[in-house]
Amino acid sequence: MSKELIDAVVDMREEDAVKIAEKLLESGAEPLGLLDDCREALGIIGNRFAAGECFVPELILAGEMLRQIGAMVKPRISGSGGAAQKKIGKIVFGTVEGDIHDIAKDIVVFMLDVNGFDVMDLGVDVPVAKFVEAVKSFKPQVVGLSGFLTLAYDPMKNTVQALVDAGLRDSVKVMIGGGQMDDQVAAYAKADAYGKDAMAAVTLSKGWVGAK
Amino acid sequence: MPKPENFDKLTPDQKRQARLEAWVNHEGLEFANPEAEKGYRERAQMFADAFLMKKPKRVPVAIATGFFPFLYAGYSCKDAMYDYEKLGKAMKKFHADFMPDTTASAGLYVPGRVLEILDYKLYHWPGHGVPENTSYQCAEAEFMKPDEYAAYMRDPSDYFIRTYLPRVMGALEPWKELPPFTDLLELPFIPWGMLPFGLPHIQETFKKLMQAGEISLEWAMKVAEIDNATITGLGLPKYQGGFSKAPFDVVGDTMRGTRAMMLDTFRKKKEILEACERIVPFMTKMPYGAYNWGSAPTVFFPLHKGADSFMSPKGFKELYWPSFKAVMLNLISDGMIPFLFVEGSYNQRLDLITDPDIPAGSTIWYFDKTEMKDVKKHLQGWACFSGNFPSSLLKTGTVDQVKDHTKQLLDDLAGDGGYYMVNGAVLDEAKAENVHAFVDTTKAYKL
Repeated sequence: MSKELIDAVVDMREEDAVKIAEKLLESGAEPLGLLDDCREALGIIGNRFAAGECFVPELILAGEMLRQIGAMVKPRISGSGGAAQKKIGKIVFGTVEGDIHDIAKDIVVFMLDVNGFDVMDLGVDVPVAKFVEAVKSFKPQVVGLSGFLTLAYDPMKNTVQALVDAGLRDSVKVMIGGGQMDDQVAAYAKADAYGKDAMAAVTLSKGWVGAK
Repeated sequence: MPKPENFDKLTPDQKRQARLEAWVNHEGLEFANPEAEKGYRERAQMFADAFLMKKPKRVPVAIATGFFPFLYAGYSCKDAMYDYEKLGKAMKKFHADFMPDTTASAGLYVPGRVLEILDYKLYHWPGHGVPENTSYQCAEAEFMKPDEYAAYMRDPSDYFIRTYLPRVMGALEPWKELPPFTDLLELPFIPWGMLPFGLPHIQETFKKLMQAGEISLEWAMKVAEIDNATITGLGLPKYQGGFSKAPFDVVGDTMRGTRAMMLDTFRKKKEILEACERIVPFMTKMPYGAYNWGSAPTVFFPLHKGADSFMSPKGFKELYWPSFKAVMLNLISDGMIPFLFVEGSYNQRLDLITDPDIPAGSTIWYFDKTEMKDVKKHLQGWACFSGNFPSSLLKTGTVDQVKDHTKQLLDDLAGDGGYYMVNGAVLDEAKAENVHAFVDTTKAYKL
């Protein structure tokens, strides 16, 4: 474990973080260990975000640092099998039909992923039927519906209803989030919960799969 | 009330007062009947009082509309942008049925044909990238590349003409081949500078601009007719005059896109600050395009990238606020009133925005989702405030819930004046009976 790397990522020192990672790899550090360090740093950043001490730009820059370090690490682990992180649960996620907003969705998917979930990201403007198919084939414990517009209320409601109609509703928890969403909309859409941001989505999902 | 001859010599307060009086006294309007004229005056006066932090006769109420008038009338969102007849009918029905205290302009629904001709890429609109019954939505991209701040700052107009517009409008792509207009210096250079305009593919760009121009002109005349019918027929004043943006949002929304802009706040702080400063004079000038003497002297700013979760309070103070404040102060000194629409929330910004350099009573703050009791605590006696009636309640709530919430907001916020009622996010879908309850409960409230 490299405290130096963790600190650089947590303190948002992008150039330092990349340089430190390069140096570590050159000096023969275990490549997968670097990814563990990044995940540890992301955990700290996520907690700070939840506490209101850092903000969306920090999450995006952290993702960017993780991407760069991941790209350096990847060629070095291909032969060794690259033991994947153990996943704690499966989530189907997407922005509902008619809505093309992706920034918040991407951040939530990223935070769910680094917190150990196997996330199937269906993208934006996702038709109801596509959610149903994904739940059938991927068998997630959680479905996340994202939407920015007030016009996303009904597509959210319709998506939940389609899961009911397909006999799948009892197999999943449904969370909603995005610009004009709130508890009132969650009740309207018959979702299980509203999450106000990426870390709320992580906390909700962990609670539902029984992870701490 | 004509513009005073000594206008330039007035103080900012006097200028603001003169502009507001010209608006209330409806310079240049002819009403359908005396009742409409009286209603117009009363309503405009209530808003003017609220803007100046006085107690109005009653709390005025506005409806911030998205596509609600069309969905309510049984039309699609696409109709709003493609069918002038339906545009007119929907706006007429909306205002006549709900009678808010302001005119919602038909100008919000821009002609889709113009966007099509230009092949405009920054947005998707109903029937063009998003379904016909969905509102237009931003499709951000890095239309300005990360290494182009210097080129933009050197000459923003040249950068827009030859780099930005060719990227954001497919129809103007050939403009990237144009020479800079600053080359047209002396007689020997003129024909060389004209050469590109002889090329068929460049000429095609101008044909498209002319087409887009003709449609825009026809549309603008239609919009003026529709708005005017509401203003002078029903006596509902338009309370939004000009339009501008915070410089940081110009870079973030228009040129770099949210994600890239957020990374730039770490990687290119100095460039952001310089670019924002460069934009100040442009954003100061922009609102006057839509303002005539007698229009509401308000300048509407939709505020985006400085919201609570989008940056730290420190980032807001350093990167977002200085150039934004500079634009506001320029407008305030000319008696214009910055009308700030805080999208998302500013719960962590209330102590920052109440900046002692901004004179009391010179701005209007309209909130989407900020905690309103805190707003009152910080802004009462400093500026007019409004907003945060949840759009979710208008769509999903019951009439009684809407009545209760409206009354609660009024009890909490309206008593000391300087307040008007408006929904938070713009309204697309809602139950008609809820919108009636929202408007009528406000109108019946005794101050």
